[in-house]
Formats: sequence, structure tokens, C-alpha cells
Amino acid sequence: MSYITKSPWIIHYDGSSCNGCDIEVLACLTPMYDVERFGIINTGNPKHADVFLVTGSVNEQNKNVVKQIYEQMPEPKVVVAVGICANNGGIFKECYNIQGGVDTVIPVDCYVPGCAARPEAIIDGVVKGLGILAEKREKLRQEQLAAKSGAKAAPQAMPVLDDPAEAKEEEA
Amino acid sequence: MGKRTIIPFGPQHPVLPEPVHLDLVIEDEKVVEAIPSIGFIHRGLEKLVEKKEYTEMVYVIERICGICSFGHGWGYCGAVENAMGIQIPERAEAMRTIWHELSRLHSHLLWLGLLADGFGFDSLFMHCWRIRETILDILEETTGGRVIFSVCKVGGIRKDVDNDYLKGIVEKLHAIEDDIRSLTTVFMNDTSVKNRLCGVGVLSKEEALDLCTVGPMARASGIELDMRVGTPSYQKLGFEPIVRTEGDCYARCAVRIGEIFQSIELIEKAVEEMPDGPIEVAVKGNVEGEATFRLEQPRGGAFYYAKGFEKGTKFLERMRVRTPTNMNIPAMTKMLQGCDLADVPMIVLTIDPCISCTER
Amino acid sequence: MDKNINAIQDFREITASELLPTVRNLKEGGYRFVQMCGITQDDGAIVMYSFDKDYEMTNYKLHVKDGESVESITGSYWNAFVYENEVHDLFGIEFLHSALDFHGNFFKTAEPTPWKKK
Repeated sequence: MSYITKSPWIIHYDGSSCNGCDIEVLACLTPMYDVERFGIINTGNPKHADVFLVTGSVNEQNKNVVKQIYEQMPEPKVVVAVGICANNGGIFKECYNIQGGVDTVIPVDCYVPGCAARPEAIIDGVVKGLGILAEKREKLRQEQLAAKSGAKAAPQAMPVLDDPAEAKEEEA
Repeated sequence: MGKRTIIPFGPQHPVLPEPVHLDLVIEDEKVVEAIPSIGFIHRGLEKLVEKKEYTEMVYVIERICGICSFGHGWGYCGAVENAMGIQIPERAEAMRTIWHELSRLHSHLLWLGLLADGFGFDSLFMHCWRIRETILDILEETTGGRVIFSVCKVGGIRKDVDNDYLKGIVEKLHAIEDDIRSLTTVFMNDTSVKNRLCGVGVLSKEEALDLCTVGPMARASGIELDMRVGTPSYQKLGFEPIVRTEGDCYARCAVRIGEIFQSIELIEKAVEEMPDGPIEVAVKGNVEGEATFRLEQPRGGAFYYAKGFEKGTKFLERMRVRTPTNMNIPAMTKMLQGCDLADVPMIVLTIDPCISCTER
Repeated sequence: MDKNINAIQDFREITASELLPTVRNLKEGGYRFVQMCGITQDDGAIVMYSFDKDYEMTNYKLHVKDGESVESITGSYWNAFVYENEVHDLFGIEFLHSALDFHGNFFKTAEPTPWKKK
């Protein structure tokens, strides 16, 4: 867990799930499993979120909602597909209104299996996702540093925040 | 009078665990009209009867909803058993009753937590869900699953639990009873909670009858309607529905809280009177006729219909599930008319919406 | 009460012209609307209406051929709009004089009217 240096915020969207995974996601936040001890908070606002938890598969009506929530989240971001339905459609795969897993619409970084996914598995998946998030953050920082030192006039997707620790070293 | 504005509510909204969309027509802070639109979770699983055999279909039906999953399994099996003329053993019926009541306990505690979250009482939400874990542990010990159990099958149940173990369950329930009581006292007596619930979203008895509401929604408006009254396994336990007359959010909360304690009593009685014997009967042949089945889900009466092909195949021609939220959504739109915008989450929550049930 | 609600199985046929008067009578008689659903047939669909009074349920089946439309019962039971819009979107049956018609925007499906026989 040593790589968790920030408090990752989560946004949860119910694709076309049966509620089973949703109540298990909520159960993760409550005293028994208590992910808040890792600083993980469930937020309703996609612009505050680092991790996108999707339960249930994607259909015609909600695929744009999923896409829009994903696009609104700031970089770097991680998508965790919770439950077999979000992975590939699961038991509902053959239904006429099911398009398939979440990865048919947005890129997924971490797949959590189960029907319904157990809270332990969900926490495990989110923690794996956080590792990926840290990697992505580092990559983004490298890219932006390269852009900063190279072509200064190039437009940046996001302002580079100097790491206070590094700044101190430079001063010294 | 202010200008009319339309505020879209949902599908992704902090108080909503599930996607439902409402167009709220607002005049200043008052809601004039609410138009629901659903269909975000429509999967079309009823049509899977064409691809899954009638015995396999139980798994699909249980996954209509993760909260009332056991009831759906029972309802489907009941409809098929009715159509095939199967009488299940008494012990299977009694075990189904116990699991169904345990599901009701977990569903109502879950709902109380969501309600507390809805009016901004976060610690209360946490306590409700903490207690709920005990129920989930019991369910996991007896069925193997936390939310989806798959213990119901056409012709009976899949697992038996021995009588001593069942007595242990009753003890566990009594152990958390005091916890639940101190929790529900807050819901019933706390001034800030009452401020949010009393007199909000009133549905009169006439309106409730006219809109054919079901479950705690109907019982909070003074209608004595509970499918358990007409179910033999509950008649043996001396079941009486809990009814309130105020018809507001507070009454709906009170009915559900009453049902929590009632469910514990029912489980205790069912364990005492548990008959011995087999837990399943052999099922042979195909479904040829048609039949309906009704039972009381935590959210209200549900309707199941199974119809086999005339020549009888392993597949059903039609499977229909009508869930309680389907009946309560029209009442919700009526209650939203004239309420304050800030009360919308309360009214939406107190019907205990289960959208994945509604859309299937 | 010692009746078993699930032992009562009452299915009746009904014609399009009888539908509205029957439903009006049921409403006046204090019946509650339970549900309404479609059943796919080769030449169209059966629309099944269920009503209940004192835990006794009656199911009425109306045969609707392709291209035929049905009178809406929302005049008597307003809450039936949920079911009528659902049947419209899934089976492609038009309901006339509906009190709340979503014009096919209730359930958005990948393919239109997935339950209709192809």
C-alpha cells in the first residue's frame, strides 16, 4: 500500500447492473470494509474523481452517459470494471439490449470478477487500479516535463505542478 | 409566480444508487410536474426464456435485482411449479420463508441507510450498514452467497440447514435486535430527521387506491394490502400486516421499521415450527400450461407469470415479472407535484425505488 | 383469511370492443390494476391485463393482430401508462388516447420493437 500517497476519489456509475455489485460497492464504504481508511471517498462529481467504478454492462441508452462521465474526469484516471457484467456482459450477454462489457465503450484498466463481486475483490481491484493510476501520473508528468523543456509554446493539456520536494532540492 | 424551468434529475446523481431520470418542471422552488423516463438499465432478460431452459432460467431471474434476488427466484419457481402442478414439501416452503424474511431484513436496513444518507445523516447510514453485515453473514453461512443466493430451484430448495443451526440464527438476530432498536429510535424520534420526513410527500388513501400502489407505500397510506396475508406459509405464522395512516415519508419509514422487527419474529416462529422432511421433489417433464404467482417483496407485491408452449418444450413461451416499483413510480410522480425541490430526494427515496427490477 | 392467492388462476379472453367497458366496470367495482404485458404471437401479440380485488386476481387476454391498435386504459387507470409505453416500445402496438404517451422514448432499445415476431 506504500504507493498510495494521495486520497483517490471514486465515482461509481451503475451501467445496467442488477444492484448486486452496486450494494457491494457501497458495502466497501461502510464500517465493515471501510475503504475510507485508505483515503478513498465516493464522490458524485466526475470532475472530482480519479477512479471510475462501473458496474453492469453497457446498453444503447447509457453508453453515452458512461462515455461522458469518463471524458469529464481529469487525467490521469483509472477505470475499474466491477462484476462479470461489466467485464463482458455476463449472464445477460445474450440479451437483445446488451452491448457487452464496459470496454466496448471506454478503456478499462482493471477487471474485477464475480457475480456479485465481493467487497474484498472490489477493494483489491481498486488498489490495483491505484497502482496503475500512480504509473499514469508519473508518465503524464514525464510527458509534460518533456513538453516544458522542449517546445515551450506547445499547448499543454494540464499545467504541470512542480513537486514541492523537487523544488526544494533545486533551491538547495 | 416565477418562470418555469426544467431541471433534469439523474441518471447519475449522488442520492441515486441507480440511474433513473426525472424532468422536474420548477416554478421558483416548487416542483410543478415530474416526468419520469426510464430505460437506462433495460436488458430484456425476459426474452432469455427462448435461450435458457426453464430450470436454468432461475439464475437469470435471480439476477433481475441484487437486493430482492431471493424473492424473484421464489416467484419464478412458484409460477413454474403452479403451471406444472407441483406441490413443494413443507420444509422447503418454510426455508423459503426464512430466507425471504432475511432478505427483507437486509433490504429494509439497506434502505434505512440510504434514507439517512439522503437527508445527510452519514453516521446513521454507516450504522445501518454495519448492522446489515450480520444479516449478510447469516445469508452467506446458509446459502453461500452474500447477495445472489441461487438456493431456490423448481421443485424446492437446493440446500438444507439443520435445525440447531437455525436456532443459532435466531439467537444472532436477537443479539442485534437492541442495536436495531437504538438505531430506529433515531429515525422515529430525532427532531432533525422528523423535520425532513413528517408531512413530506403525502399520499392520501384515496390517491394510493387510485394509483394502485403496493407494499409499504400502500400500507403507509392506510391500505391493508400485503401478499403475505394470502400465502399459506405466512398464515401458519399468524401474519398481520403493519399499517399506518399518515401517508407521508415518516409513515413509510415507520412501516418499514415495524417490518424489520416483525421479520425477526416471523423467522423465530418459522424456526420453532420448522417441519422435518425432504426439501425438494423430483421435477419431470416440461411446462405446458400457464400460471401466475404473487408474493410480497420488500418493496411490495410482485407478480410472476410463466407460460409454456402448448406442445411442451424445455423452454417457456413467455416469462413475465412485474415488480413493485413499477406500481409505485406513477404515485411518485404524483407526490412530486407541489413539493419543494429540496424534498425531491426524500420522496424518491421513500418509495424505495428499484430501477433494475422495473426495467429488467 | 385462509385463502391461498396463488391457487386462484383465472384467465379470460376479451375482445377489443369489450375492453374499455370492462375496465371501467372493474375500476368502479374497486379492482386494483396489477399489471399488463404482451405475449408474442405469430400474427401479432396477446396483451394480458391483470386486475385484483381482495387478493383474487383475474387476467384478461386481448388478441391484437399486426397493425391493429388498442384503446388506452389510462382513462380509468392512469398508472397504466408505464405498461402501455413499455408494450408500445417492445411490441410496437399503438395505444390510442393515452393520458401520458412517451412516443417511443420510454425504453430506448438497440433494435426497435425487439419482441415483435420477425
